[in-house]
Amino acid sequence: MEDKKPVISKKIDNFFRGLSDAYAFVKRFFVEVWFPPYEFKEILRQCYEIGYRSLPLISLTGFIIGIVFTNQSRPSLAEFGATSWLPALISIAVVRALGPLVTALIAAGKVGSSIGAEIGSMKVTEQIDAMEVSAINPFKYLVITRTLATTFMIPVLVMYTDFVALLGSFINVNQNEMVSLSTFFVQVFESISFLDIFSSVIKSLVFGFTIGIVGCYKGYRSNQGTEGVGKAANASVVMSMFLIFIEELLALQVVNAIRNA
Amino acid sequence: MRESVIEIRGLYKSFGDNDVLQGVDLDLYKGENLVVLGKSGSGKSVLIKILVRLLTQDEGSVKILGKDTANLTLRELNKLRLKIGFAFQAAALYDSMTVRENLEFPLTRNIKGLTRKEINYKVEHLLDSVGLPNTINQMPAELSGGQKKRIGVARTLILNPEIMLYDEPTAGLDPTTCIDINNLINQVREEYKTSSIVITHDLTCAKQTGDRMAVLIEGQFQATGSFEEVFEEATDPRVKSFYDYNFIKQ
Ligand SMILES: Nc1ncnc2c1ncn2[C@@H]1O[C@H](COP(=O)(O)OP(=O)(O)OP(=O)(O)O)[C@@H](O)[C@H]1O
Ligand SMILES: [Mg+2]
Repeated sequence: MEDKKPVISKKIDNFFRGLSDAYAFVKRFFVEVWFPPYEFKEILRQCYEIGYRSLPLISLTGFIIGIVFTNQSRPSLAEFGATSWLPALISIAVVRALGPLVTALIAAGKVGSSIGAEIGSMKVTEQIDAMEVSAINPFKYLVITRTLATTFMIPVLVMYTDFVALLGSFINVNQNEMVSLSTFFVQVFESISFLDIFSSVIKSLVFGFTIGIVGCYKGYRSNQGTEGVGKAANASVVMSMFLIFIEELLALQVVNAIRNA
Repeated sequence: MRESVIEIRGLYKSFGDNDVLQGVDLDLYKGENLVVLGKSGSGKSVLIKILVRLLTQDEGSVKILGKDTANLTLRELNKLRLKIGFAFQAAALYDSMTVRENLEFPLTRNIKGLTRKEINYKVEHLLDSVGLPNTINQMPAELSGGQKKRIGVARTLILNPEIMLYDEPTAGLDPTTCIDINNLINQVREEYKTSSIVITHDLTCAKQTGDRMAVLIEGQFQATGSFEEVFEEATDPRVKSFYDYNFIKQ
């Protein structure tokens, strides 16, 4: 028993060390983001990369989710003769939960991992050190640009996913209930409130920030060797997905509290 | 007395239980090429990383161009870093950028208001002087190890450094390419009037480029002096074994 003690305390010790290190990293972001140089060009390039990388998969997933979710919900509603509620049901589910969550998870897999791998490989091949010694702030150039880009782009992608999912849903509804496009979207917009949209955007901003900062953090802290790069990519996906679920749960609590107030 | 551009006194650095540097004293004099020798893992890279504060020492002081690096603000440190060219062991070229962009990056970020023509002239001139004018639009992944190292040297030269730090410039290269790199190091000194530290465990490189040798063994410099003094008159068996390996037991 006695020789186990240091192992446990070392693990706990490392956990808290990691936590304080991560905290310092996030804090550094909020301190440095306000000061020039702002690297607009690099931010734009990153935004483009993020959109370009995740668009095909997001389009496909969003569309299929719209179709499948509509199709699977129909029997339950049909029991009450309430299939005319389908557009309302789907739009609430998509805007409040599915759109942001699905987009964020896909982006965590595609964008988060590639940020982790890219920065990780720059770290182990000393490219980050090379910036540092030529008086360029790598945190600004790499971390802040990527994190801002994911923070801005995820909400945009979420809106796009919502739209594509609703389109998928419309096709299914149109085939089965013969509802026209305009009727469908009138119902959609009647059923979603300002709070729904607002909270969805805020949530997406948080998801985007999470994906960016986690990818950068894991990359920045990756150990020497090419093995470290793979680990960084993997760890950033796992970590950001985990945080996204936690954030989703917290957001649910907060939005419900506001709605009931 | 000769003027020191770098003054290292009583430098200690450990990583956990691994005591890497244990009381290093060293001077780099103006205009000289100082070769630092030592076997793999002896802390050569750690030493020059401490000079540019990529790592911080546990104890001891480093003065560069008269400034104690421990007391500098980030702004002052960056100003000093611009006077130091650091050629990384594995070149550390930015792999998302072309050779041209690699060279431009430190230049355009540190010197504002250059015209396109001035930038192009500098980049092309430097690529010419490292003998690789045709690589300008290539990506680092398309270059050989020796080419990467030369581009790496060109990139550090673009800001006209007063001090050059070369981390194993010839490691992993064939003998002819090594000679090219050695010539480049000497040519840089002539052209840019730099003082340099050349890290290596290759005695041919040491002999060709160095005015003075310093051998790092077990965290301290055990011998310094000219090549002949250090090696041909060596008494310390650890220094001697270095020489024997390179020149006798091939
Ligand atoms: N960031 C670091 N964290 C922990 N240990 C390190 C770190 N950097 C270097 N070391 C350790 O310090 C020692 C010296 O490393 P260094 O890279 O300076 O060796 P070197 O003399 O340059 O060897 P080589 O000729 O192989 O490049 C090694 O044992 C290494 O494991
Ligand atoms: Mg080394």
